[in-house]
Amino acid sequence: MDLIVENVTHAYGALPALEDVSLSVAAGEVVALVGPSGCGKSTLLGVVGGLIRPTGGRVRTQGAPLPGCLNPITPVFQDFALLPWRSVADNVAFALEHHPLSAAARAERVDDALRRTGLADFAGAFPRQLSGGMRQRVGIARALVVEPALLLMDEPFSALDAQTRDLLIDDFLALWRRTRVGALYVTHNLNEAVRLADRVVVLSRRPGRVRAVLPIALDRDARARPDAAADLARLHDQLWDLIREEARVADRELIDG
Amino acid sequence: MADVPFRGGGFEIRDRPLASFGGLALFIALWQAASMFGWLNPIFLPAPSAIGLALAELWDSGEAQRHVGASLLRIGGGWALGTLAGLAVGVFMGIFSLARAAGLPIVSALFPIPKIALLPLLILWFGIGEASQIATIALGVFFPTVIAGYAAVDAVPRNLVRMAQSFGTPAADILRKVILPGALPAILSGFRITASIALMLVVSAEMIGARYGVGALVLTAGNLMQTDKLLAGVVMLSILGLGVGFTLSRAERYLLRWR
Repeated sequence: MDLIVENVTHAYGALPALEDVSLSVAAGEVVALVGPSGCGKSTLLGVVGGLIRPTGGRVRTQGAPLPGCLNPITPVFQDFALLPWRSVADNVAFALEHHPLSAAARAERVDDALRRTGLADFAGAFPRQLSGGMRQRVGIARALVVEPALLLMDEPFSALDAQTRDLLIDDFLALWRRTRVGALYVTHNLNEAVRLADRVVVLSRRPGRVRAVLPIALDRDARARPDAAADLARLHDQLWDLIREEARVADRELIDG
Repeated sequence: MADVPFRGGGFEIRDRPLASFGGLALFIALWQAASMFGWLNPIFLPAPSAIGLALAELWDSGEAQRHVGASLLRIGGGWALGTLAGLAVGVFMGIFSLARAAGLPIVSALFPIPKIALLPLLILWFGIGEASQIATIALGVFFPTVIAGYAAVDAVPRNLVRMAQSFGTPAADILRKVILPGALPAILSGFRITASIALMLVVSAEMIGARYGVGALVLTAGNLMQTDKLLAGVVMLSILGLGVGFTLSRAERYLLRWR
């Protein structure tokens, strides 16, 4: 299933957030979305996720998701958005409960998602007992359990400390190798963008417009190797050049305009 | 060279169970001693031992059980009625903007009225008896519960609702699985307030129009200058209040064990 965003424009009242944004995410592709603060990245994810009705433009999908998919476009949240009164397994099961599945099929899907995210031993734990990294693993397991075609990731690792973030990114890459799922990945972290994405979409400062699209031709698995470091550094600098001046202006802007 | 001076410490509350018990024991012992030395007029303030004796007498004659039972029934009935209705209205106002916009001015206008002032009116409506007493308590509990209810719904993190919507969870399920459990902590702390309101109102209502009930007991004892019996009734109220608080704490600990 491909995602196509066509000329999306959105304003909160008089405050424009997005202007004529068009982009696409092919099946299994990872597209990173970067840009200065307040460039409408989160608004765009809201629009793609069907939670915000844009003032203009449309979002479409093309082609059917794979069989077994219950929720084609599925989010992973920056703040995890776990239900604190539910155990790990029940948080994951939450995504399935309104779908007509047998109890056995549901349990099997939950077990599988927990196993794939390394949570099998934590099924009965409550969120408060888990570290931030483990909490986000629960968020990822909950997203995977519906076998999505496209993940919407809104700075999924930015609430974690740098070491935990690296661990989760490694795990996530390993997961990606086995599960071909597309992602629209919002991040502030340009290193993260060049490490994970097939393409990086650079948005301008408010109102967000597509400023540049930077393909990252390196094989994702090869990026961890030392000889790729120079290439990644070059891409990083290229992105930073695109963003720096706007980030400086955005930083000095009042929030409500 | 000089040592860095220590300037931390303090501003930290620790558990001192012995002192907690000792404080209460010392207070009662001083009171008892003052009575025995004749510093306190037993008509105005009887000794703790006399209050204890009066309490034992009331218990042996079955009067205490009868009064407490009557009060508990009224508290239970009135509190349950007011809470059920208040939660229904409060959650409704928490979810629907229209209900909130229309309901809030009414609730705000009626909330500050001391509900005991409505007892005479309620007696005209329902007659002297249980119904008017229970209705007074229910009304007193209803308004704070409405306010606690919608504030509790407001306090549920919006991102949890958005999460559920992102998974296509139907609205009724979002209410049942996200909003109500998320509102539960604030609703339960509202119960503490409404329980003490119910206790206050039951005593006042019983002083106006009841034969049995702790409020009636206290009033009659006062009219007869039986201050030991009067204070025995007050002790019953204290125990009643502590019992309600304890029950609520246990319920909270069980229902919110995920915290």
